[in-house]
Amino acid sequence: MNALAARRRHPAAIAILIILGLFLTGAVYAALAPKPADATTRALPAQSVEEGKALFRANCSTCHGLNAEGRATGTGDQIAGPPLAGVGAAAVDFQVGTGRMPLPRPDVQAPANNEIKFTQDEIDSMGAYIASLAPGPGVPSEEAVDPTKGDAARGGELYRVNCAMCHNFAGAGGALTRGKYAPPIEGVSGRHIYEAMVTGPQSMPVFNDANLTPESKRDIIAFLYTIDEAESPGGMPLGSLGPVSEGLFAWVFGLGLLVASAVWIGAKSA
Amino acid sequence: MNEQDTPTHGSEVGPTGHGTAVRLDEGHIIGDGGIPERFSNPGLPVHVPRAADLDHDAARRAEKQVTTLFGISILGTLLFIVLYFLIDVEETIYVPGIGVTSASNLALGVTLALALLGIGFGAIHWAKTLMPDHEMVEERHPLRATDESRDRVVNEMREGGNSSQLTRRPFLKYTLGGALGLFAVPLVLQVAGSLGPMPQKSLSLTFWHGGPSGPGQEPEFRPLRLMRDPENTPVRADEVTVGSVYHILPEGLLDLEEGVLEEKAKAAVLLVRLQEDEIQSEKQLDWGYQGIVAYSKICTHVGCPVGLYEQVTHHLLCPCHQSTFDVTRDCEVIFGPAKRPLPQLKITVDDEGYLVSEQPFAEAVGPSYWERGQ
Amino acid sequence: MSTAPTRPADALRQGDRPAEARPGAAARTVGGVAGWVDDRTGAAKPVGYLMKKVFPDHWSFMLGEIAMYSMIVCLLTGAFLTFWFVPSAGHTIYDGSYVPLRGVSMSEAYASTLNISFDIKGGLIIRQIHHWSALMFIVALVVHMFRVFFTGAFRKPREINWAIGSVLALLAIIEGFAGYSLPDDLLSGTGIRAMQGFVQTAPVIGTYLVYAIFGGPFPGEMIIPRLYSAHILLIPALLVGLFTAHIGLVFLQKHTQYPGPGRTEKNVVGFPVMPVYAAKAGGFFFIVFGILALISAVVQINPIWAYGPYDPSAVTAGAQPDWYMGFADGALRLLPGWLEFEIFGYTVSMNIFPGALLLLPLVYVVLGVYPFLERWVTGDNREHHLLQRPRNSPVRTGIGMAAITAYSVLLFASGNDIMAIKLGMSINDLTWFFRIGFFVLPPLAFWVTKRICLSLQRRDRDTVLHGRETGTIVRTPDGRFFERHDTELTPDQWILVQHEPVAPLELEPAVDENGVARPAARKDRLRARLSRFYFADAVNPVTPEELAAAHYHGEEHEAIEPSETSASGGAAPIESAEAGRH
Repeated sequence: MNALAARRRHPAAIAILIILGLFLTGAVYAALAPKPADATTRALPAQSVEEGKALFRANCSTCHGLNAEGRATGTGDQIAGPPLAGVGAAAVDFQVGTGRMPLPRPDVQAPANNEIKFTQDEIDSMGAYIASLAPGPGVPSEEAVDPTKGDAARGGELYRVNCAMCHNFAGAGGALTRGKYAPPIEGVSGRHIYEAMVTGPQSMPVFNDANLTPESKRDIIAFLYTIDEAESPGGMPLGSLGPVSEGLFAWVFGLGLLVASAVWIGAKSA
Repeated sequence: MNEQDTPTHGSEVGPTGHGTAVRLDEGHIIGDGGIPERFSNPGLPVHVPRAADLDHDAARRAEKQVTTLFGISILGTLLFIVLYFLIDVEETIYVPGIGVTSASNLALGVTLALALLGIGFGAIHWAKTLMPDHEMVEERHPLRATDESRDRVVNEMREGGNSSQLTRRPFLKYTLGGALGLFAVPLVLQVAGSLGPMPQKSLSLTFWHGGPSGPGQEPEFRPLRLMRDPENTPVRADEVTVGSVYHILPEGLLDLEEGVLEEKAKAAVLLVRLQEDEIQSEKQLDWGYQGIVAYSKICTHVGCPVGLYEQVTHHLLCPCHQSTFDVTRDCEVIFGPAKRPLPQLKITVDDEGYLVSEQPFAEAVGPSYWERGQ
Repeated sequence: MSTAPTRPADALRQGDRPAEARPGAAARTVGGVAGWVDDRTGAAKPVGYLMKKVFPDHWSFMLGEIAMYSMIVCLLTGAFLTFWFVPSAGHTIYDGSYVPLRGVSMSEAYASTLNISFDIKGGLIIRQIHHWSALMFIVALVVHMFRVFFTGAFRKPREINWAIGSVLALLAIIEGFAGYSLPDDLLSGTGIRAMQGFVQTAPVIGTYLVYAIFGGPFPGEMIIPRLYSAHILLIPALLVGLFTAHIGLVFLQKHTQYPGPGRTEKNVVGFPVMPVYAAKAGGFFFIVFGILALISAVVQINPIWAYGPYDPSAVTAGAQPDWYMGFADGALRLLPGWLEFEIFGYTVSMNIFPGALLLLPLVYVVLGVYPFLERWVTGDNREHHLLQRPRNSPVRTGIGMAAITAYSVLLFASGNDIMAIKLGMSINDLTWFFRIGFFVLPPLAFWVTKRICLSLQRRDRDTVLHGRETGTIVRTPDGRFFERHDTELTPDQWILVQHEPVAPLELEPAVDENGVARPAARKDRLRARLSRFYFADAVNPVTPEELAAAHYHGEEHEAIEPSETSASGGAAPIESAEAGRH
């Protein structure tokens, strides 16, 4: 008892307490933090062009026009929206399904948003409506995006030539010009990755089936799934940002730990 | 202890910085001969004993802590040995805060750290608590030797020069100096001369000139199909839609036995299609095919692949140093450290509708170099 | 010695004494081996001297030790890595255990690095320790350099050691570049590509240089073996040689020490090598190694498997070099393109080679010559072994901070794309911010630092002049009250008054008494001007005289700074400089 009371005043006690506290917080957070739900399973869509049209008019027409004909820039505080004929159901499923649409406010680009405003059925209805305006890429089948059927190694080669320059080697995302960016694609569902490739949302170029065959797309999805699961063998990946975060870690934590030990060594013992 | 007790000084010493600038040879110290009137050093403070110096129990406790730390080190080493044999190299483990990671990396690293830190912390704790902590004073002496020994060295040098007759026979000196100065030349020449071949024309040629373009090679132009990288399949003009981007290599490059990377490093091309009315340069339109244009992917700054194509703004961004090129304006530089536009490859279609090169690059691709304009 | 029984630590030691008096078996063995060696080398005298050598104790003196130990860890782990690494650009098809790369064509260097990471037990931890300790080596080296600079430890007689240190710093970053380029992954390959690009821009010889370095066209198969030879043989040999000289000079010249009671220019106060310093320095090696091992166990570095093999037509977003090359990469990002021009048909790329080929050596040359420059300006030719507090040399501290700021602007600029995505900013705005910042921030840092130093010095004066409050209230004859302050300098105030007062150099007349112009007048004028820059507004320590004066006047006046007098004093050299002109 007495020994404990005496040690409470020890200068190291505070440091040990803080470290213990940080550990506890981290452990509790890791245990309680919400895990992203698996969104790949979904009910069969009730394809209803009419229902989709109604939803579109109520939610999208302010920017995209009553008949999805689009709206040019410069009309007061209204957001300009591109015409949607021909973008296909895939574009709707991607934009609305990742929470990018409806866009809350004008910005350099639509950010991904965890808060998805519509149910999958409603999204499918709107997709059906847009697809009815003009032919466009459709939502891929389960099989087309099944990572287990793809070749991860070949996907990796395709990924490094076609995707890594924007989305980074590990899919951590990267910067484009003037505030635009290629978003992180870690943990994104295979369907959304496929749809992004065929529709080319925002700054992203289109990778149609002539450019990357459906098999190549599946290979890329397989590669992304593999590196998502394939862990970080060496420990914390530091955001998979390469030497910048490693250098920062060396300066802050590496130097911090070493200097703290040096200060302890140089201090006179009590 | 107060006003009356203030130290009195015979000399006239004004407040510091009192208009007493110093002569050059005295350094920047104020006062006579560089020694100002100053406070005197109070001397070493009294040694304060530590807990372990005064208290038997504290000393025993310190001893116990040190031995525990050494014990931890031994334990770490033993664990390392056990885990080395126990854990397979492919096993992974989930650790909160880290994720799924290599079990052997974590186990071996942590046990090695224990083995090392146990010794380190133990030894230093020992030094801090139980080893003597009386500060010692060692005298310093000026580093310079005495004048006599300096003179002796100079004399001996001179003596050596004289006795070897170096001073009397100057030709000995000159020829020796010349020989010593020259003997390194063969060695330097061997290295410098044999490191690599002369570049010749190879920096201004690419595989699009008709074939391998290394030093000494003279490819003859023939139209080459534009092939997808890395699939190595030809591209039809009608497959290239507005908004898409193709990474292109010349036909035959990927089939080379050797020198694939060397040719890739010069021949990589980016293919995009624009609406024809978006293209602002006559030459660009002319060198393309129905709005399909091909540009070198090798940055004119330091040679990174300029792969980031923004399909809305038609900007090409280099991820290495952010040079930005505008595809609608013949790939002119609109931002960043590059100076020159990306060179355009003149293309057309062949009988089967596949895109082919119509002529090689008209200028050297990639980073600038001195004789580039020649 | 009567205290011995009451002091257990001594008592514990006393237990050992009989052993000294009558040598035990162990002591006899040591004596025997030592005797055998001494018979053949006469080493007893120098070793005995070294064991008694005293080292001052301060945490900031251990920064250099961190660098040294990290380097030793690098050498050790590096030797291990050579057992498995294959320095060859020869082609191979990977068939190891990392699934996403199986069947991919790559170089043998890359494949063997994958094997070290995935198939050799404990290979990954050794690789990670090697890379982390390389980063920490250069971090510690740089911070050690800060300490030496800001405390004036580079002054005579240690200029040579500072210059050796600068060369070591340059070699260290070249060694690092050669090392991280070896695995031939996509990221480091892009780094070599950029290196090829900027070497190629060197005027006149650029293309020949590139073909010599690469043994032909880029990338070729020669660069990996050549970097390997440089990384494991040439540069380490130079590093170890210079580092030995660096340490040798520290022993020879004895370590500097911070000022304090009892510490003078003529002594070293600290602990002897045997046993205290040996235990502390030896123990610290294990701590540094242990911390590096711990970091390597839990934090991944350079995941080469994720980058993929090098391919000149592929690249990854966020392509940066390791941090120590960042400043050169940042300079390349900031230099605008219009600096390139053609002259007589030849291309001069002022937008590229100053940032890479010139900046790299320039930074270290400027570093290396600084002590000689400062010595010329101050005209101070004495030996210095007591360190300066950074505040007591405000201009030097300001120069140092300005240099660090300029370096940091370039370093941060090399991360502009990462900052853009993490801070949600435009990469173009960030680039412009850094471009302007490179010119604006260093002078600002200089000015702010100098002001802070001067304020701290004034506060030191204030503290001393104010004295210690005694709690005694005194009534003056004219009826006013004031609290008497103790005028004795307490030992802990010695630190506030120990430093040397300084003033700018006085200029000798430009013509001698016979009216003949002295040849060196122009150089002296420059020197006097620089000296004024350094010392014109110096705040000098309180003298006993001033302390007495301050308290004699009691409540009326507490001179924090001898204001008018110092101003007129400072102005004097200007007048003579003016006089020298006609």
